[in-house]
Amino acid sequence: MATPSILVSETPLVLYTLRRADDALILAHRLSEWCGHAPAMEEDMALSNIALDLIGQARELYAYAAAVEGRGNDEDKFAYLRDVRQYQNLLLAEQPNGDFAHTIVRQLFYSAFGDPYWRAMMASNDATLAAIAAKSEKESAYHLRHASEWVIRLGDGTEESHARAQAAIDDLWSFTGEMFAVDDGERSLIDGGTVIDPVTLKDVWLATVSRVIDEATLRLPQSDWMQQGGRSGRHSEHLGHLLSELQYMQRTFPGVSW
Amino acid sequence: MTTPNTPLWEVFIRSRNGLAHKHCGSLHASDATMALQAARDIFTRRGEGLSIWVVPSSAITASDPAEKGMMFEPAESKIYRHPTFYDVPEEVGHM
Repeated sequence: MATPSILVSETPLVLYTLRRADDALILAHRLSEWCGHAPAMEEDMALSNIALDLIGQARELYAYAAAVEGRGNDEDKFAYLRDVRQYQNLLLAEQPNGDFAHTIVRQLFYSAFGDPYWRAMMASNDATLAAIAAKSEKESAYHLRHASEWVIRLGDGTEESHARAQAAIDDLWSFTGEMFAVDDGERSLIDGGTVIDPVTLKDVWLATVSRVIDEATLRLPQSDWMQQGGRSGRHSEHLGHLLSELQYMQRTFPGVSW
Repeated sequence: MTTPNTPLWEVFIRSRNGLAHKHCGSLHASDATMALQAARDIFTRRGEGLSIWVVPSSAITASDPAEKGMMFEPAESKIYRHPTFYDVPEEVGHM
């Protein structure tokens, strides 16, 4: 019989921390799918490195969520024993890899937010979150550079790479609004100085993305209609498939270890 | 799948306490910026370095292995060129 899912006491801080951990884990899993399949060996390593950085961030955030919750859950239980509706990652993170352009544009959108986000979070009055931010900030700065350089070369490359990069931007654009959304629980953490208000990062994010897309000779979509749902557990059809692969081993062989 | 027109680069890394950059391998990249990024991702994953150089492989002029007799064998018989025939004073310390 498969291992049942755990229950989580979702206080605002537990929920906030889990959401950011979920973003990192799900995006890391997507990137790890390229391992052995990237266009070149060099890029295979680069994407796997980024995936490992994100898994490291997810582990620290899950461990902190477990400590705050204090109900005997741990990072493995959060990762392996929550159902798709219990995951509250950004829809952007779970979008399929598609072609290389989709993967890189997804990474640009996420990293252009993650970089200033973690830098701002270093000022959190929560010592653990501030420490996680200090480590993550250096990682995300490189993730942003890596994705930016690629988007510029894909956009300003061949006719084929330009078309694919533009298609990726158009496809993924509507998933970017969710990064700046705040609910009541998060608002209370912002008011208390525990976390930052993501809306304050919107101009920086847009400036970064615009600069890269301009240099890449690509264009920014005009639509401001945005998808949402990830933060309340309403996901695209892709996350269930991802989790079935990610969780298969623990669900089938409870507590199995190396 | 690396296309033939992706240039090859030689990578040199200066380690944490090393004085000189040392050759550590090569990689394919479209240009110098991408080569530097790839070098970081491939060769410094375990904290190996504090500085990276990348050089187009095509910029290297190499000696011809077929000429190694002429090039290197004459030096082998000149043992007096090794500084082994005198004592280094203690005060000099590490050389």
